[in-house]
Amino acid sequence: MVAAAAVHAASDDSAGLAVDFQGVSHQYDLDGQPLPVLRQIDLAVAPGEFVALLGPSGCGKSTLLRLAAGLERPSSGEVLADGTIVARPDPSRVLVFQDPTLFPWRTVRDNVAIGPEARGVLAGSQKRIDDALRLVKLEAFASAFPHQLSGGMAQRAALARALVNDPRLLLLDEPLGRLDSLTRLTMQEELLALWRQAGYTVILVTHDVEEALLLSERVIVLTERPARIKAEVAVDLPYPRRRDDPRIVAQRQHILEILGFSA
Amino acid sequence: MSAAVDKDAGEKSVSSAFAGPVWKHGLYAASAWLLAAIVTVAFPDVVPWGSRDVFVALLVAGAVVLAGLAFGVEKLGGFGRGLIHYGPWLIALGLWFALWELITAKLGWMPKPFFSPPHGLLHVYIVDWQRILICIAYTARLWTIGFFSGIIVGFIGGVALGWSKTFAYWGMPVLKLIGPVPASAWIPATFFLFPTTFLASLFLVALASGIPVAILTASGVNSVNRSFYDVARTLGASSRYLVLRVAIPAALPHVFVGLFMGLYYSFAVLVVAEMLGAKYGMGWYLQFQTAYSAYANVYAMLIIMALLCSGLVKLLFVVRDRLLGWQKGVVQW
Ligand SMILES: Nc1ncnc2c1ncn2[C@@H]1O[C@H](COP(=O)(O)OP(=O)(O)OP(=O)(O)O)[C@@H](O)[C@H]1O
Ligand SMILES: [Mg+2]
Repeated sequence: MVAAAAVHAASDDSAGLAVDFQGVSHQYDLDGQPLPVLRQIDLAVAPGEFVALLGPSGCGKSTLLRLAAGLERPSSGEVLADGTIVARPDPSRVLVFQDPTLFPWRTVRDNVAIGPEARGVLAGSQKRIDDALRLVKLEAFASAFPHQLSGGMAQRAALARALVNDPRLLLLDEPLGRLDSLTRLTMQEELLALWRQAGYTVILVTHDVEEALLLSERVIVLTERPARIKAEVAVDLPYPRRRDDPRIVAQRQHILEILGFSA
Repeated sequence: MSAAVDKDAGEKSVSSAFAGPVWKHGLYAASAWLLAAIVTVAFPDVVPWGSRDVFVALLVAGAVVLAGLAFGVEKLGGFGRGLIHYGPWLIALGLWFALWELITAKLGWMPKPFFSPPHGLLHVYIVDWQRILICIAYTARLWTIGFFSGIIVGFIGGVALGWSKTFAYWGMPVLKLIGPVPASAWIPATFFLFPTTFLASLFLVALASGIPVAILTASGVNSVNRSFYDVARTLGASSRYLVLRVAIPAALPHVFVGLFMGLYYSFAVLVVAEMLGAKYGMGWYLQFQTAYSAYANVYAMLIIMALLCSGLVKLLFVVRDRLLGWQKGVVQW
């Protein structure tokens, strides 16, 4: 946390949003049966912190992000953003969905423009939109339609669509899941560089332990559904990190053991 | 897939359509049209139909133009390519005119009042064009007002039904109940309910075109992927934005299916409504001329109707292609 604190000191204090899950439980209704998904989640994320969520498939990671985004209200407990209850979505808290969900009737550029357009600031955002496209290396595909993109390109377009809004909290639901391993490495670096420069808070859901360790300052390991916090692992290493760093390797082993793989 | 097939067929007809720089089909077509002209002047009509010489003049003029085009059609760009594509049709048309003249006017094989040679139809246009134009104008007024008010109300109603649970609760059962009733079944009732036959016809056309648009728009808005709304909401979208920029564009493919259905239904009910009570209009013209056994006039009007209706369908396709171009790579077009 010391190194991370130094990073944050360099950036604007107001950039990151503090997120506080207070005794959050959530259940869905599945064919009339209550399906408990989250149980008593207590998690405080500091402004500008980069937190990774790990957990078995279907345990409730995406649900946790939906609550933080304000798309749903928890069944009990509260999610606070900078001390106020999260009751509805807000463009300061942007969620990048597990599926890119680009609007098929809009070009890539028009998809990226949705946020500014929805907030009525489209005219003043043209440069930002171009910058966001350049950042994800899609400037050549600005006028392509989503069906003309590869899976990874669509995922990058979805990332640009989020970043263009200058979020204070970026909720990433396996955003790099569909990328090939090389693009993935570049995008990891990009995400890191962006975060260090912009200073927003990031909650990243990933199924890749190594990715969690390379990017985040704290790894939260969740149990099977209904998810509780099983363990928290602080990753107290300076950036940029190397995957063959012995400390990373050791922590990776440690987390895999927590997840129940003792190979 | 279908585009590839079309292209193949096109290339094949192009290769056989030319002998060196000469467009063979153009020459054949010119000969066929000339043949039709000769048949028309060379033999006497069994009964006079009028406008025979005008028809012959037109055929000869057509033949001259086609013969000229045979040596320069490629310079005409897109229009020329269209002509080359329809070369075989131009040949067939000339042959059909010749045959048609033979079996009707020349040999009198076809029962007399019911069939007319091509120059008989031409005569109708020449003699009766004013009344035909008036009828087209009346029908156009009825159809335009009826169809557009129908689809506008249907579309707005459909969006409301698809979007609002309250609207859906009260509206859907009503729509499901009256939707399947053919619009023509309302004819007797509407002619009592409305003060004028024009208003009654207007209502019928609007009903016929509006209901399929309403049903399909509602189902389209209903079946929009929920995640699109989630995405837009996290990016700061208001409800207004969700309706106008998410629900409606996402539902547009359904809306167009409804528009095509509405277009066909509107033609059907339009003509029937005009046959029943109107004082002018294309449907009325058909009815009126049939009563006088003026079958040439009936065919002449049918040809105009065919051209107008297929023109409108084509126009709707063009609009759809412009608005839904993004769908090309997503679904079979
Ligand atoms: N809208 C919903 N209605 C009912 N059940 C739901 C709904 N959304 C999610 N669930 C259920 O909640 C559980 C958790 O879903 P969630 O998407 O949060 O899992 P996840 O941890 O993100 O899984 P993965 O890693 O596979 O993406 C799943 O069992 C899922 O079936
Ligand atoms: Mg998930």
